[in-house]
Amino acid sequence: MAAIPGGADHSHDHSHDHHPSGLMRWVTTTNHKDIGSMYLWFSFAMFIVGGIMALVIRAELFQPGLQVVDPDRFNQMTTLHGLIMVFGAIMPAFVGFANWMLPLMIGASDMAFARMNNWSFWLLPPAAILLTGSLLVPGGAAASGWTLYPPLTVQMGIGMDMAIFAVHILGISSIMGSINIVTTILNMRAPGMTLMKMPLFCWTWLITAYLVIAVMPVLAGAVTMILTDRHFGTSFFNAAGGGDPVLYQHIFWFFGHPEVYIIAIPAFGVVSQVIPAFSRKPLFGYASMVYATSSIAILSFIVWAHHMYTVGMPVAGQLYFMFATMLIAVPTGVKVFNWVATMWRGSLTFETPMLFSIGFLFLFTLGGFSGLVLSMTAVDVQLHDSYYVVAHFHYVMVAGALFSAYAGAYYWLPKWTGHMYDEKLGKLHFWLSLIFFNMTFFVQHFLGLAGMPRRIPDYSLQFAEFNKISSIGAFGFGLSQLVFLVVVLKCLKGGEKASAKPWDGAEGLEWTVPSPAPHHTFEVPPVVK
Amino acid sequence: MTEPRSGAEEATGRNRSTLIRLVVSAFLMFGFGYALVPFYEKLCQVLDVNNLNKQDNALPLNTQVDRSRSVTVEFDANLHRLPWNFKPVTGSLVVHPGEIVTVEYEVSNNRENAVTGQAIPSYTPSAAMQYFQKLDCFCFKQQTLAAGETRRMPIAFLVSPSLPKDINTITLSYTFFEVPGANAANVQSEKAGG
Repeated sequence: MAAIPGGADHSHDHSHDHHPSGLMRWVTTTNHKDIGSMYLWFSFAMFIVGGIMALVIRAELFQPGLQVVDPDRFNQMTTLHGLIMVFGAIMPAFVGFANWMLPLMIGASDMAFARMNNWSFWLLPPAAILLTGSLLVPGGAAASGWTLYPPLTVQMGIGMDMAIFAVHILGISSIMGSINIVTTILNMRAPGMTLMKMPLFCWTWLITAYLVIAVMPVLAGAVTMILTDRHFGTSFFNAAGGGDPVLYQHIFWFFGHPEVYIIAIPAFGVVSQVIPAFSRKPLFGYASMVYATSSIAILSFIVWAHHMYTVGMPVAGQLYFMFATMLIAVPTGVKVFNWVATMWRGSLTFETPMLFSIGFLFLFTLGGFSGLVLSMTAVDVQLHDSYYVVAHFHYVMVAGALFSAYAGAYYWLPKWTGHMYDEKLGKLHFWLSLIFFNMTFFVQHFLGLAGMPRRIPDYSLQFAEFNKISSIGAFGFGLSQLVFLVVVLKCLKGGEKASAKPWDGAEGLEWTVPSPAPHHTFEVPPVVK
Repeated sequence: MTEPRSGAEEATGRNRSTLIRLVVSAFLMFGFGYALVPFYEKLCQVLDVNNLNKQDNALPLNTQVDRSRSVTVEFDANLHRLPWNFKPVTGSLVVHPGEIVTVEYEVSNNRENAVTGQAIPSYTPSAAMQYFQKLDCFCFKQQTLAAGETRRMPIAFLVSPSLPKDINTITLSYTFFEVPGANAANVQSEKAGG
């Protein structure tokens, strides 16, 4: 019956729409749109938490010497910043996009396992509490860096155990989310929606979900080994008991390198939706995009040791990992070429999603180039664990994944809220982000080349100028993100009504439902020709 | 209504089988993480890459041995008013300078009570003494033998490579002296007897 008074958007469904209201609505929801929104809000909250930690780091590095935090806290900040941004912000953000958009894009009524979907979201807050709460326990949070290398991790206090359990929980959550995504994409497509007709975002998430299912359990195994080394007398990594700390690095990076693509590939997917929409042309080389993404995913399993050239690998091993790593540049190059070719002779307009996509295209490619530099063993031995590496992975993680997430958020905000966002504020957000991002991270290339090591709270005087610039940029970047919050809140409250298809170049089933998308969509599957 | 229902059931069944396959894959990959442990060890062993382990197992190689020369070392044993049997297990030995050698002496106590003795070495030629380096020796401390006890005692030594060229034979001679008053019971019984 008319369960929600005034809920005009929900009146579309009659008989079984008497879900609880208030807080319990969100706790018990099995609706993919509700869960998608919760994922997105959660990831934004964690982005702010991880961002504050980054600002503590940059405040400490504003000038040489120790001013803001003691070195122990500093190490805890770098560790938690990494863990929270990777597992708490970027991954859940893209799972949020998947939850919201995949059923709409393939013409399904919901995700395949709606209750499991609810559970995989509600595992996230306990993990977040474990991670942030570990700052308050005796001995503080894990301070080993987000890679959790032994022997440090075998020695630390209870904060380390909390981090390990948080990683377990986050891993279980993302595995369940991925199982849901794979099943939804494989089994729930509308009639006529063949795999090769799917929007590229669906393809990238299908591939990513397989990666998650393949490598998150390996990470869970690695941290479980650390846990048993710590408390149950095993010696997987404890050299005193015959273990080998280098073994951990192999297991970790067997997970860690595919993890890089777990973060990057959904970002490719978002950009592959946005660029054609604002170029008013279909995506150039759709099939080659699918194959390139798949090859990147497969290659990601055989290159892990390029993260650990300096552990004392034989030259043959270094050469193999070097050439295999360089090979990934080929399918990545195909993708970048296709995006540029999509824009070629398109009728381009530069709304905020397109601006973020073009920003992504430039800066992600730059990050890819510095990655190629680092793939060379002889060079990497010099740059290993320096700020060059920090600059490199922030170009692919922030300007890659985060910019693409913003592109997606602006692109689909009208569909989610039913209102157009404030274009002026959106553009302001983009330009501030672009400028401050480069101010923060571009100079870190120079710091790294000059030999400044990462994860150290103090530095020698010759690094002072670049660090000052970088810290100012970081605070500017952090504050600019509040513009996004304002845009979203404004957009939720009101604004110009969005039509079902607010972007004239956009393609896909998600634009055939009204804006905002009703609570239940595609209960009768659409037929795709 | 039956038509869509059976379709929905079919979809649920398909979803369930996909779910089972994916959950099993996740558990297999968890096991794969553990399988990497023996795999890594085996790979390092086969490819001979983890030479940290190898060096631990190999014996340290003495690079100071002068194999171009040989020196004969003779062992001699004497007793000074002591009712023991004392003799070297090896009478003489040819060694290279720098080589670490362990030889043994055998000693037995014929008395009815415990006796403490101290061995004093002497060298012939006496110039060889400073080139004869003992790492371990029963002569480093007093030895107490219980009544009727027989014991083998080691000397680990090396002849320094800087041994003068004209010394080709070294004789090491030990003499065991009784340490008076070292053994309380012994002293008591001697006093009672005397």
